[in-house]
Amino acid sequence: MSVNEFLPTLGRHALEVMRGLGHSAFFFAELLKNVPSALRRFYQVIAQVHAIGNYSLVIIAASGLAVGFVLALQGYYTLSRYGAAESLGLLVALSLVRELGPVVTGLLFSGRAGTSLTAEIGLMKAGEQLAAMEMMAVDPKSRVLAPRFVAGLISMPLLAAIFSAVGILGGYVVGVLMIGIDPGAFWSQMQSGVDVWEDVGNGIIKSIVFGIACTFVALYQGYEAEATPEGVAQATTRTVVISSLAVLGLDFVLTALMFSTPN
Amino acid sequence: MRSGAAPAGGQDSSQICLAMNNDALVAIDHVTFGYDQRVVLSDVSMAFPRGKVIAIMGGSGCGKTTLLRLIGGVLTPQKGTVSFEGAPVNPRDRHSLYALRRRLGVLFQFGALFTDLTVFDNVAFPLREHTSLPETMVRDLVLMKLNAVGLRGAAHLKPADLSGGMARRVALARAIALDPDLIMYDEPFAGLDPISLGVAANLIRRLNDATGATSLVVSHDVNECFLISDYAYVISGGRIVGHGTPAEVQASEDPEVRQFIRGEPDGPVHFHYPARSYAEDLGMSS
Repeated sequence: MSVNEFLPTLGRHALEVMRGLGHSAFFFAELLKNVPSALRRFYQVIAQVHAIGNYSLVIIAASGLAVGFVLALQGYYTLSRYGAAESLGLLVALSLVRELGPVVTGLLFSGRAGTSLTAEIGLMKAGEQLAAMEMMAVDPKSRVLAPRFVAGLISMPLLAAIFSAVGILGGYVVGVLMIGIDPGAFWSQMQSGVDVWEDVGNGIIKSIVFGIACTFVALYQGYEAEATPEGVAQATTRTVVISSLAVLGLDFVLTALMFSTPN
Repeated sequence: MRSGAAPAGGQDSSQICLAMNNDALVAIDHVTFGYDQRVVLSDVSMAFPRGKVIAIMGGSGCGKTTLLRLIGGVLTPQKGTVSFEGAPVNPRDRHSLYALRRRLGVLFQFGALFTDLTVFDNVAFPLREHTSLPETMVRDLVLMKLNAVGLRGAAHLKPADLSGGMARRVALARAIALDPDLIMYDEPFAGLDPISLGVAANLIRRLNDATGATSLVVSHDVNECFLISDYAYVISGGRIVGHGTPAEVQASEDPEVRQFIRGEPDGPVHFHYPARSYAEDLGMSS
């Protein structure tokens, strides 16, 4: 490809990316604008919390347990080399509450609930259900998207909290019941070392941000999906890729903002 | 009569034309519309009088559904205006557009029923969204609408449990839930078996007469359209090639109208998609 061809192609792609970003920003603003109407019909939000949150519980709990097991094993291996095996509870709790809980929940959420949202909205579009709603003078953004957005926002911190809680229990099972660390030391180190605002609070903020990002990406991809089977499949794939990258990118930014300043 | 083609002729036609101009619910005035470089409708003018069943016929991709989207404010004409009761349809003014759409009923090609709701809830949807009627009254109204399309007994079913014809009838019940002034049917006969097709055609005519609404039927099903419509337009290549009462259109000598209503494979509308010569494609040209 010559320079004469490369530059216009680059420019065209750059313009397309900018147009896409602008379009998604407008979409996000429209979603936010419709949040009050979703709150007025809270029964729809509850139904979506059930669909998004409840049905994700099994995978979240199972993953949390597995991560807790592994954290305890790896943590014990490292801490015991320095004679600090009693700090295992603190290590497991801080790792989960500050980092792994929100991040892994975000990744699982995008794979479980995000894909489901994208496919649902995309298929509604392909079946002309969204168009039918529009023609009935009912705004799909208000009626369909906003309740799901609010539900995602509510579900994510709750799921992250459950992930962390189950993970800590997993750490307890391995560290205390299997390896034999003193249970008093396990819990008291955790109690004294974990700060409610600094650690738990920031973890909650992270999970809320991830909830907004993952749900927005899922809804946007579904709404903008090409109304064909291939289009919906591609949109679903994009949801997982973009949401996962967004979670990891946002996690770095938030961690840098929250924990970079020493106390 | 404003149109891209002369009426198919006859006194009946001119009387209806006069009625159209005087009492048009919807008027399409010199509308041009296209997607990118492709012109779909070119300088098309039509008027739909109140209380009539109007058929818009034409081959696939001739711009019939685009016309419905222009009337519903989904699309904006590149030239010309679409007006409803004399007021232009403006897709940019969301408030007035939604006020207009509350007076429309649209039957989509495959029903577009909400798959997560039952038949009852599908029909109740517009009532619950746009009125504050008590649930007992909503129930009565829904059952009346379902009874009108013969599906009162299917109220508890999900759309997945319905046949194509039944889904179309439920969608029709939903479209008339708010007693609209204009009902637009997008290919209501596509893919239906002969019995369902007859039922659907009969329902369109009967509901139009019973409710006093205006019906706009977009279809390529010639026989059914002629059977139920008061007036018909034939579109080809983005322009109106014929219009008039069903009898007048059937008697038309226009080659494009004749090819369409007789279903001839070749004629003014060619069988072959534009291409290089056959010999050239096979590498046989000198």
